[in-house]
Parts: sequence; C-alpha cells; structure tokens
Amino acid sequence: MTFINLMAREINCKIVYYGPGLCGKTTNLQFIFDKTKPTSRGKMVSLATETDRTLFFDFLPLELGEIRGFKTRFHLYTVPGQVFYDASRKLILKGIDGAVFVADSQIARADANEESLDNLRVNLAEYGLSLDKIPYVIQYNKRDLPSVMSVEELRASLNPDGVPEFEAVASDGTGVFETLKAVARLVFLELKKSGA
Amino acid sequence: MVNPHTVMYEAELNRIQTSVSALVQAANAKCVFVVDKNGQFIASSGEVENMDATSLASLTAGNIAATGGMAKLLRENEFTTQFHEGKNAHIYIQLVGNRVILVVIFDAKSSLGLVRLRVRKTSDELVEIFEQMAKKSAEPGGGSAFAEITDEDIDNLFND
Repeated sequence: MTFINLMAREINCKIVYYGPGLCGKTTNLQFIFDKTKPTSRGKMVSLATETDRTLFFDFLPLELGEIRGFKTRFHLYTVPGQVFYDASRKLILKGIDGAVFVADSQIARADANEESLDNLRVNLAEYGLSLDKIPYVIQYNKRDLPSVMSVEELRASLNPDGVPEFEAVASDGTGVFETLKAVARLVFLELKKSGA
Repeated sequence: MVNPHTVMYEAELNRIQTSVSALVQAANAKCVFVVDKNGQFIASSGEVENMDATSLASLTAGNIAATGGMAKLLRENEFTTQFHEGKNAHIYIQLVGNRVILVVIFDAKSSLGLVRLRVRKTSDELVEIFEQMAKKSAEPGGGSAFAEITDEDIDNLFND
C-alpha cells in the first residue's frame, strides 16, 4: 500500500525480499546498506537469532530521490526464510507494494526455491494479492558457487511467466542494485497506472 | 490490483498533529508517535529529536502484527493495548480503530494510569480523523500527480 503524504510531499513504498532460508535476502539488504550514502538511508534493523538467522525481519529505509516533486522512500524488508517461521513471514507481507524473490541457484536448493515461491503465492493470497498483479522480480543468487543450475533451468521452474530476472552474487553486490531498481521501476509504473 | 494507496492530506495531518501534541501535554509524556499498521510513520510530538522514528514505526508495526497473530491463535479479534516497562522509559502502544497505532513514551514523571486515561480521548479523536481521511482517499484524484510520471522521471531517480 503506497503511502502518500501530501503535506511532506513524500511517497513511501514497501518492498519485501522473499525466498528460502540462506538464499541471501539479508545479504542483499546489507550490501544496499553498505553502498548507500548515509544521508540516503536510515538504520538497518535486523531481528535475528543469536546465530544471525533472520527471526522476524530485516528492515532498511532508503531514499531514492525526487519524482514529480515528491521524495521517494523505499522501505525494504526481508522475511525469515526458514520453513517453520511461516506465521511471521505472512505478517511481513502486509501492505506490500513490490516483491523480490531471491532464489538460491544451487542444485541442492531447487526444491526449497519452489516450496518458498509456492509459500509466497499462498501467503499473498491471504491478503487478496497475487504475483501476477503486484510488481515482482526474481533474482537468481549465488551464481558464483560451483554446483548451480543454469539460468534456463531456474527460469523453467521459477519464472514461467517471464518477469524481470537477474543473476546475482549478493555477497559481492553483483546484481543487487539491478534487482532493486527493477522492482522500484515496476512500483512506480503501478503507481502511475493507478493514477494514485 | 495492488493494495489501495493511503493518501495523507494536509488538513487531517494538522488535526492529527494537534491531537498528539495535546496528548503529550495531558499525559505528561516524553513523546508520542502515530504510525500506520504497515509501519509508515505518520506524526510525532514531544522530545523526538534523538528518536529514530522510521525504525520505531517499523518495529511497532511488526510488534502489533505479531500480537495480532497471537490474538488470532486464541480466536481473539485483536489485542489493542500493549505496555512495556523499562528501567527509565516505558512504552504504551494502543491500536486505534484497527488502522493506526498510537505510541506513547513516558518516564517517572507520568504513570500508566494517566497515560491510559488520556490515550482513550486521543484514540477517539484519531478514529474520527482517520475515518474522514479514508473517505477522502477513496475519492478519485487523491494525488493524481503520479499519473503523469514518465519513464524519464523514473530513470532520473537512478542516475546517481
């Protein structure tokens, strides 16, 4: 739900990074945090376990600049990827404006990717939303690892509809900003379409 | 279709601001925040200079969402009130009209009883303001400036 403040002339949008456990959602946010000027971002909040696994969410507020005289603010969230945190994961989707599905390219994680994507569909449906209606992009992460699926294989199982997709190595930043830009662009196009 | 947008108008924002400023005084609070259930900051008053309002808004919304999830498990509609007691600062969180969240931060200069009492009046005011705003938001042309967004505008955002 885009939040438009006419008095402060601000648009606030919520982007959620979704995907299986250890696919690199938090690493995406961490890289964005590290590479963004301190004046353009707020604090990164991570609600994590003692072993640094996301427990509830990570949150990063980001300012992208002005559009039509309005400041644009993006609130980036990740969900906890581990299967048993589903109740928490569902809550983070509330008020979502755009989704990034971060897939783990490793062959061993093929089933986990599909399961997580199905879970995203089910949880969005609880809010009356679906992936073919909201701004949505896919990132194939961990392309630098040895036993990975080909992009064609990943596309066949995760992206039959051909939404924008990006190869990434979130740990060194490859593809991270490309993914963010793509989803932000789709959010603005949606805003334009709805003539908010 | 994505969720409908929430549009905040100047008149209502001014009323919200007046209402929360009055609450700071009446409850003898350090500061008061109004945030929406999706984690967006709306307004604040009091000693807010050293507070990270954006993080507070996001965490409060997460907290309310988690509590709402627990309520569902117990077949309750919502738990509308939360209170967290610290050593020096305390935080009182009230869900208002199932739409926004009122956060009151106070210390030993006030008391839970006083805060609870004053929050009730402010909640009623906020319910009325947000109902009016929702009606206004639903009218066409809320912020139609965005219908004019061009691809160039979007590209310019990413130039630096």
